Amino acid sequence: MWGAFPVLKLGSHSIPQSYCSWLNITFTRLVGMLGSDWPGATLQEIKLEKEPLKKEKHPDLLPGEVVFCSANPILKYTQDDLSQRGVFGTLFCTNFRVTFISDEMSLEETARNFKNKLYREHDVTLTCVDHIYGVYDEKRKLITGGLVKNKYPSKMIIHCKDLQVFQFCLTYTKEEDAKKIFHGIAHHCLEEKSLKCLFAFSYEGTTSPDMQRKHDTIMFDSPEDWTKEMKRTKTKCRLVTENDNFDLSQKLPKYFVIPSVIEDLSCHQGKGLPIWCWSHHSGCALFKASFLPVAQEDGDFQKHLDTMINAVAHNYLYSVKTEDLTESLPTLQDIQQSYNKFKQFFLIDNATEFWLSDVKWFSSIESSGWLDIIRQCLQKAVEVVECLEKHNTNVLITEEEGTDLCCLISSLAQIMLDPYYRTLTGFQSLVQKEWVAGCHAFLDRCNHLNQKDKDCQSPVFLLFLECVWQLVQQQGPAFQFSETYLTVLSDSIHVPVFSTFLFNSAYHRESFMKVESPLAQSGPSVWDWSLQFDSKAQNFFLNPLYSEKVKQTVRKPHKPKHQRQLSLPSTAFKTPPKKGFFKDEADSLKKILRVKRISRWMGSPDSPVAATWEFYEAWQRRPLDYHSLLLPCLDGPAIHLWMQRYLRWIPEVHIMGGGSVAITTKLMELLAQVQDLKRVIDQKDSSQAAKLDTHTHLQPRPLSFGSSGHMSSFPFAYSRNRSFNPIIPTGLLQSIVLTDNLASQEDEVSQFVSLV
Amino acid sequence: MHAHTSASARTHDPGHTNRNCGKTWQLPVFVCRGSVRFGMEESGSVESLCSSTRSDRSSGTAAELRGKGRATEKVHMDPKKDELPLLPEERIQDSAKEVTYICPFIGPLRGSLTVTNYRLFFSCTEREPAFVLDLPLGVLSRVEKIGPATSRGDVSFGFVCKDMRNLRFVHKEPEDSLKKSVFEVLMKFAFPVSNNMSLFAFEYKQVFPENGWRVYDPLAEYKRQGLPNESWRISKVNDHYELCDTYPAAIVVPVTITDEELRRISSFRAKGRIPVLSWIHPESQAAVVRSSQPMVAQNGRRCKEDEKLLQAIMDANAQSHKLFIFDARPSVNAVANKMKGGGYESEDAYQNAELVFLEIHNIHVMRESLRKLKEVVYPNIEESHWLSNLESTHWLEHIKLILAGALRIADKVESGKTSVVVHCSDGWDRTAQLTSLALIMLDSHYRTIRGFQILLEKEWLSFGHRFQQRVGHGDKNHTDADRSPIFLQFIDCVWQMTRQFPAAFEYNENFLITILDHLYSCLFGTFLCNSEQQRLKEEVPKRTVSLWSFVNSQLEEFVNPLYVHYSSHVLFPTVGIRHLQLWVSYYIRWNPRMRPQEPVHQRYKELLAKRAELQKRVEELQREAANRTSSERAGSPTRSITPVQTFV
Repeated sequence: MWGAFPVLKLGSHSIPQSYCSWLNITFTRLVGMLGSDWPGATLQEIKLEKEPLKKEKHPDLLPGEVVFCSANPILKYTQDDLSQRGVFGTLFCTNFRVTFISDEMSLEETARNFKNKLYREHDVTLTCVDHIYGVYDEKRKLITGGLVKNKYPSKMIIHCKDLQVFQFCLTYTKEEDAKKIFHGIAHHCLEEKSLKCLFAFSYEGTTSPDMQRKHDTIMFDSPEDWTKEMKRTKTKCRLVTENDNFDLSQKLPKYFVIPSVIEDLSCHQGKGLPIWCWSHHSGCALFKASFLPVAQEDGDFQKHLDTMINAVAHNYLYSVKTEDLTESLPTLQDIQQSYNKFKQFFLIDNATEFWLSDVKWFSSIESSGWLDIIRQCLQKAVEVVECLEKHNTNVLITEEEGTDLCCLISSLAQIMLDPYYRTLTGFQSLVQKEWVAGCHAFLDRCNHLNQKDKDCQSPVFLLFLECVWQLVQQQGPAFQFSETYLTVLSDSIHVPVFSTFLFNSAYHRESFMKVESPLAQSGPSVWDWSLQFDSKAQNFFLNPLYSEKVKQTVRKPHKPKHQRQLSLPSTAFKTPPKKGFFKDEADSLKKILRVKRISRWMGSPDSPVAATWEFYEAWQRRPLDYHSLLLPCLDGPAIHLWMQRYLRWIPEVHIMGGGSVAITTKLMELLAQVQDLKRVIDQKDSSQAAKLDTHTHLQPRPLSFGSSGHMSSFPFAYSRNRSFNPIIPTGLLQSIVLTDNLASQEDEVSQFVSLV
Repeated sequence: MHAHTSASARTHDPGHTNRNCGKTWQLPVFVCRGSVRFGMEESGSVESLCSSTRSDRSSGTAAELRGKGRATEKVHMDPKKDELPLLPEERIQDSAKEVTYICPFIGPLRGSLTVTNYRLFFSCTEREPAFVLDLPLGVLSRVEKIGPATSRGDVSFGFVCKDMRNLRFVHKEPEDSLKKSVFEVLMKFAFPVSNNMSLFAFEYKQVFPENGWRVYDPLAEYKRQGLPNESWRISKVNDHYELCDTYPAAIVVPVTITDEELRRISSFRAKGRIPVLSWIHPESQAAVVRSSQPMVAQNGRRCKEDEKLLQAIMDANAQSHKLFIFDARPSVNAVANKMKGGGYESEDAYQNAELVFLEIHNIHVMRESLRKLKEVVYPNIEESHWLSNLESTHWLEHIKLILAGALRIADKVESGKTSVVVHCSDGWDRTAQLTSLALIMLDSHYRTIRGFQILLEKEWLSFGHRFQQRVGHGDKNHTDADRSPIFLQFIDCVWQMTRQFPAAFEYNENFLITILDHLYSCLFGTFLCNSEQQRLKEEVPKRTVSLWSFVNSQLEEFVNPLYVHYSSHVLFPTVGIRHLQLWVSYYIRWNPRMRPQEPVHQRYKELLAKRAELQKRVEELQREAANRTSSERAGSPTRSITPVQTFV
C-alpha cells in the first residue's frame, strides 16, 4: 500500500493537478508519519521519474535581472485553507526578487487586467521581504544571520512588507539545492548590503514613451518648477539657488524657498532655516525648519533664533505660531514600534490563527496604537490648518532634522487646504516637493539595505499614506485618486527600481548617481506608472466618484478677511486674535523654541481633540465644497482600518461578489456610458446617433458574480480563493465569555403571564 | 435633524423637489419636515438656505428648510414661528415656555416644549441657527424626575430613549400645584398602555395611495416558492389559531403528515410551535424549516409523529439523505433547558439528523450588550479606548455569531442541498433572526424592497416575534426583562450585509433606519401586538395604517441606486469581526460630528440623472435622424408606422 502510493501519483499525469497536489500532500504526511526512516532514494526516484515529464520553466527576467539560484521541486502552500495543500514548482532567487514558477500552467497571470509588469503576484522583491522564518522540527524560528550557516529548515515562511505570507516546503528537492536556495534567499534578503547592490542600479529597463502622467508631475528638481509653484500659491518668499552644488549644506534641498527677509544663509549650514512649504491665499504661509544646533553660545543661538522667527513673522502680518513636532507627536521609534506591532495582526499563517485572533480584533488593533498615531498626525495637521485658515497666521513647524514629521504634517495640511494636491498629479507633485526634493531619508527610513542598526528605520511615509487614506475614505469625491492608487504606491516603496525611494537626501542622490552611473539621469521615477501597469490598469488609480471642478482650478483672488490687514503697521507686533501665544515680547518667542515647549495652541490642553471640535463643527456647518478646505473627522468611529492594504491577502475576509469593487465597477461603467453619450451629442451628428443603439448599450452589463474579478480584495489577491464557498468561522465556542448570569437566565421571564 | 435624512433621502436636485410638490396627495409633513424621520434637528442658518447646491451631511438642514417652505404651502403655517405641523388626529395636549433642554453636544438650550398625543416637540429660536427637537413619544422608554427641585424651583427630567439617546430637560415647577406640569402630561401620553389609553396608531388616519396591509399574502408568497407541490401542502389546521396561537393561519407541512399528527406534534414542541416550512430551494428542493425546541425533558421524551415529520422533511428533498438541525442556543443552555422540560433532538430519536449548536445567547445577554453599547457611544465617545470599549460591549461579536449561524444554514441549503430545521427555545427570537437572514442570503427576492417587507411580515410578524413585549410599546415598565433588541440586531445584520454587497440590495440604509424608527414610534400598526392572532383580534389592519403604506408611497426615498438585480445569486457574507462595522449612522447618529459624509449614492444618483438626460438628447437626435431619413423617402408607407415618430 505504502509503496504503491507514489506510483499511483506519478503514473497519473492526466488527473487534475489539484488532485495531484492533494495526493502530494497526503504523501508528505505519510513521509512525516514514517519519519526520517523513509528511504531517501525513494524521494530521489520520485524526482527522477518526474523530471522528464516536466517542462523546464524560467521566470521572465527583467533587463538586467540575473538568477542567483533555483531549486525544484518546491512545494508552495496555498493559504486558502488548513489542508496544507500546495503546488509544486521551481523557486528562484534573482538579484531583484524571489519568484516561484508553478509546474502547473496557470491562467491567472494572463487573464487579469490589473497586472504588475515588473513582478507577478507570487513574487516578492528582495527589499520587500520583512522576515524569514524556518520551521525546524515543527518549531518556527526567526532566521537571522547566525542560523543560516548549516542547517536548512523543512519549511520556509516569508513575511513580506506588503503583508503577504509565503510558505515553501523544501523537503522535496535535493538537499544541496534546498540548502542553496535557502541560504541564497536568506542572504540576499536579510544581509546588510550596499546601495549599489540594489536592483535599480542593474536594471536596464527603458522608460516607455507613455510618460504623460509622469510629465504632469512637477519634480521640483529645477528652479523653474519652484518658480511655478511659488506663482501658483502667490507667495512673496524668495527662491534660493545658492545650494545648487550643495555648498551651503548637504542636508538642504538643492533649491528651496525661504522668507524674503532672510539674507544670511551661511550660518549653521542651513540648520534652523525656515523652509517655505505653502502659502495660504491670505498671504500667511507654512514653514518647516530643523533645530538649531544647541551647542552654541547662548547669545548667538538666541539671536539666530530671533532672526529666523522674525523672518517668518515678517512674511505676513507679523504673526507666527511655532510648533515643535517632537514634543507633541510620537517619535520615529514610537512609530516604528507601533507599526511593528500593528502589522503582526495581518501576517496570518492559517485559518485557525485567523479565527482565534478575530475575537480580540478591536483591542489588538487598539493596543498597537497605530490608529491613534494616525489620529494624532491628522489632529496636528488640522491644528496647523486652523492657524492658516482661520487665524491667518504664519506657522513654523520644527523638528530635529525637519525632514520626517515636518514633511508629514506639512503635506497633510496642504492636502486639506489646497484642492490641487487632491488631484493625481497634484498629489505626486506634493510628494516630490515635500518628501523627495524635501530630503526625507527614504533609504534609512525604509531600511532598504537591511542595516543592523535599525534606529533610523521608521515608516513615516507609509504613515503619511495612511493619513491620506483616512481623508480619501471620509471625503471620497474630493480626491481624484483612489485607494487602490495609495495601496499600489505603498507597495512601490519596496520595489527597488524607483529612484524615488532610494536616497536619503538630494545631495545623496546626486553624489551617488555621479559616481555610480555618470551617464544615467537618476533612474526611473515611481510616477512613471507605465513601468508597472498598462494604461487600462492605471484606470484603477482614478476615483470614479471624483467631483471634478466645473471651472478650472484657478485660485480665488484673496479677499481681505480682516480689516486689520489694511490698517496694520507692518513693523509692529500684532497679537493674533484670540488665544495667541505670541505676545509682544520677543523674549517669549525665544523661550518657546528654546525650551521646546508649547502647550496646545487652542482649547484645553488635556483634550486636544476637543480643541479642534469647534473648528471642525464650524466647517461642517458650511456648505460642502470638495474644492475648498477639507477636514477629517477624528472621532474614534471615524478612523478606520485601511482594509484594502491590510486585509487583501487574507482569504477569510474576502467577500465573493461583494466589497467596494461592486460599486467601483458599476460607477466606472456608468461614467463610461455618460462619456459615450456626451461624445455622441458633442458630435451633433444625428446620423451617428441613430446608429447608437441606446437601449442595448445602456443596459447595465450583467456582472457574473463569483467570477474572481469580483471579490472584495480586487484588484489584489486575484488568484487566491477561487472557490465559491462561504467561510465558516471555527472556534466559536470559546468566543464570548460572559461574566454575569444573564446567559443562564431563561429566555422567557413572563412565560405564564397572559398575553397583553 | 438626524444624519441620514440628509443626502440619500433628499436630493438637492430642484426638479426632484418640484416633483414632490406636485403630488398633492403626498403627506406634506412627512416628506417635508421629516417628522416621520424624527430626530434632533438644527434648523439651518440663512446661509445654508441660500446655497442651493449643498448636498452634504448638513443638507438635512437645507432639506429641513426647504421642507418648511413646502410645509407652508400645504399646512399653511408660518415657518418663522416654528409652529408644530400636526399629523391627522394629532392634538396638542400641553405646552410650556422657558424649558431648558440640556443638549450634550451644544449645551443648555432654552425654548418651548409642546406635547401632543404623538410627539414631543422642543424648539429654541433664540439661537442661530434655531434648534428643534422632534420625537415621537413612542421612543421614550423611561421618564424620570431627577432629584428634588432646586432652590429656584427648577426640576430636571431625564428621558431614556429606545433609539440610543438620553434627553434631559430642566423646568420650573408650576406654582399652582393643582396644575399639571407639562412633563406629567407627557408621561401620560408617552405610556398610553399603562394609562389605559390607546396607542396613537389607532387614532392616526392618514390615507396613502397604497394600502400596505396588502403587501403580504401568505398564499401568494408560498405560490412564488412553488408551493404547494408534491411534497408540501398548505395546512388549514391552524386556521383559527387552535394548534398554535403564535403561528400564522397558513402553514406549510409535508404532505405525508396529517393534521391529526400535527396536533400531536404540537404538544411535543414548546408553545405548540411545530416544524413548518419557511422557504424551499427552487432547484434542489432543500427546505428551511423552523420550530421551537422539542419538549424532551430530562427523561428524554420522544414523539414518534415529530420524528416522522422530520423524516418527511428529509424525504421531501431527494438530493440529500441527511437533515441538519440548527439549535441557535449555546449547547450549555440547550442542556439546561432539559431541566425545564425542553431540550434538543437526540441523535437516537432522529436518525440521519445532525444537530449543530450555533452558540447565540439569549435576549437578556443581547439587552445588556446594547445597554453597554449605548454607554460607549452616547453622548461622548472616549477617543483613546474606542475600540476596546466597543469590543467590551460584545455587540459586534453577537452580530458575528448570528450572521455566522445564518451563513451555515444558507451554506447547508445551497452548497449541501440539505434541508435544515432551525430552532431556539421558543422559536420566535433567534430562530426568526436566523431564518430571515438565511433567506436573504439565499433568495434575491428578499433583497428587494417589497420582498423585504414580505420577509418581515412572514418570518417576524406572522410567526409571532413578540414585538409588543420586546419593544414594550406604550408601556412604562422599562425594567421589563422581556424587552430585548432582537429585531434591531437583525436589522443590524442586514445592514452589515448591505455594506458587504453594496449592489445586491434594492433598499438603502434609510429604509432600514426608517423601519427601526417606526418600530418605536407607534405611528403605524405594523409592529404592534405579539402575534397574527392578536393583531386580528385588535383589528390592527383595519384600525391602523401600515408602515408599508407610507414606505411604498414614496419608494424613491428608499431605493439604492446601485442596485443590480441578479435573480439567482446567493450571498455569502464574511462574518469575521474584521469585516463587521459598528453602524455609526444608526447608533451614533445623534452626535453631530458623526454625521455621515455624502454617500456614494448621492453621486451615483447624479450620474444616473445625467445619463438619463443625455440619453434623452441622444434619442431626440435619433428621432431627428429618422425623420430626415423618412422625409427623404416621403410617401413611403413605412413612414406612418415608424415608431420613433411617436413623441414620448
